Amino acid sequence: MARLVVLGGGVSGHTAATFAAKWLGSSHEVVVVTPNSKWNWIPSNIWVGVGQMTKEEVTFPLAPVYAKAGINYKQAKAVSINPEGDASTDKPFVTIEYTEAGREGQIATVEYDYLINATGPKLNFAATPGLGDANGLGKFTVSVCTADHAEHAFEELTKVIAKMKAGERQKILIGTGHGMCTCQGAAFEYIFNVEHEIKKAGVRNMADIKWISNESFLGDFGMGGLHMKVGGYAVSSKLFAESLFAERNVDWLIGAHVHKVEAGKAHYELLDGSMGVEEFDFSMLIPPFAGVGLKAYNKAGEDITATLFAPNGFMKVDANYAAGAYENWKASDWPKTYQTPSYKNIFAAGIAFAPPHLISKPMSSPNGTPINPTPPRTGMPAGIIGKAVAHSVCDLITKGVNAHLHEASMAAMGAACVASAGKGLFDGTAAAMTVYPVVPDFEKYPGTGRDTDYTFGEIGLAGHWIKHILHHLFIYKAKLNPGWTLIPE
Amino acid sequence: MKEEEVNFAKNERFQLTMIPGTVAKSMRTCVVWQFIRFLVINIKMLVVVSKSH
Ligand SMILES: Cc1cc2nc3c(=O)[nH]c(=O)nc-3n(C[C@H](O)[C@H](O)[C@H](O)COP(=O)(O)OP(=O)(O)OC[C@H]3O[C@@H](n4cnc5c(N)ncnc54)[C@H](O)[C@@H]3O)c2cc1C
Repeated sequence: MARLVVLGGGVSGHTAATFAAKWLGSSHEVVVVTPNSKWNWIPSNIWVGVGQMTKEEVTFPLAPVYAKAGINYKQAKAVSINPEGDASTDKPFVTIEYTEAGREGQIATVEYDYLINATGPKLNFAATPGLGDANGLGKFTVSVCTADHAEHAFEELTKVIAKMKAGERQKILIGTGHGMCTCQGAAFEYIFNVEHEIKKAGVRNMADIKWISNESFLGDFGMGGLHMKVGGYAVSSKLFAESLFAERNVDWLIGAHVHKVEAGKAHYELLDGSMGVEEFDFSMLIPPFAGVGLKAYNKAGEDITATLFAPNGFMKVDANYAAGAYENWKASDWPKTYQTPSYKNIFAAGIAFAPPHLISKPMSSPNGTPINPTPPRTGMPAGIIGKAVAHSVCDLITKGVNAHLHEASMAAMGAACVASAGKGLFDGTAAAMTVYPVVPDFEKYPGTGRDTDYTFGEIGLAGHWIKHILHHLFIYKAKLNPGWTLIPE
Repeated sequence: MKEEEVNFAKNERFQLTMIPGTVAKSMRTCVVWQFIRFLVINIKMLVVVSKSH
């Protein structure tokens, strides 16, 4: 009997573990180590952040689902990996620290034959003084990255709406809290949902709403922008995004690295090297992402973290990390199998893998501060990669170590993104976008790097309906309800 | 002033982009048209999903 250990029960890890358990059946064991007791459909946190959904609607307990799937669930966080075992055993293992109520802080080891690291991002609030500290979110801004953060964001939003109703003009600042952030899409959704709610509350004329981000142009989204088919034209996402901002009277500040946050003030440096301060009454700034900080040790107990992980804490996989300058970047630099080069029984899935380089053109200010979005890590690639990696591991277990590995390169994969711009069955809208492929391939598509037949976007109620349906569909699938395997990632 | 022209005056940067007019905006919430778009977008997304697996 082989044992697969999956670290992280988020979008990617949950997909990998549930498919592996189904494909392997009871003849092998699947273990999930994840610190959270509940699964969270993160994209709907946006609606929690504007009071249109409750925390309970976007989360559900993991234990009954894993019991149903025959998965051994450990509510704990992984601390380190010993891929060669240690002085007392040759068997590889992970060291975990329980977070389960009643067992908090207990340390244990879990041996594995195969390991999938799907630990997602560490929300690195500490990277910007005032945005937060090593323990998490600070007191000056809000976040929508977790369901708890989103609930808190709504409480704060309610206070500023009340002030507007009382005749006090309010300044709202939403965007990215550091020059190296990703996830502009989430902030983009949140700013338009906030705008929609303020309008619904009848106080739009009392709010100055501003976007701040590290993108060098609006609509970069960490993908170097995209060209989409609209009305027969191939249009840059810059025009698409600027149009939406102008239509909703939302001003923007781009190419900005927020380097310090104080009460009501965000200090920033721009790409031209100038410094400035943006004042706010309410601010949601996304933190930069890093790896969760797992350590690795060899048999002798020496620290080999740098062998398994890149300096940003993400796990090194089969990517080309030596591509060098922007001019040399190729679609083929991106990983295909997500197997770590140093240990063939370890894979990384979802946000946990280290990308070879940025997608957007690297930029820095004359002071040498890098200000550019890091590659977007959306749910669809996270799910597809999780499934492909699970497939590879199952084949390695059932067909032997020479089994063919499944591939899921982000340069051959699309992403369907539906960015909500206001919730409401008949007055809601969303920007429905698909991008194919996520990482542009200029050898295959020399013009825009992408297939413009399948890279498109439009705003409307249809997008909102799709977003709403996806919410229910993905929670249904994650709960492993009947027919769950038929719902695509 | 026409609806789409109101915001052009609010910010110099807004003048350099395009702002939808009443017809374009009403189509976004026109249930019949949006139902058709719903079907079209879903089909396109399914094609992208199938190309990605
Ligand atoms: C507000 C917001 C909105 C978003 N909206 C969209 C959207 O509309 N569409 C879209 O496609 N994507 C969206 N995304 C991105 C999407 O949520 C991510 O792509 C996806 O969650 C990544 O999956 P993952 O499994 O890699 O990471 P996660 O889903 O974050 O899962 C990581 C898991 O690992 C666990 N973990 C952490 N540390 C450890 C440890 N030491 N040991 C074990 N487990 C650990 C975590 O608790 C978590 O359960 C959004 C993200 C945010 C923040």
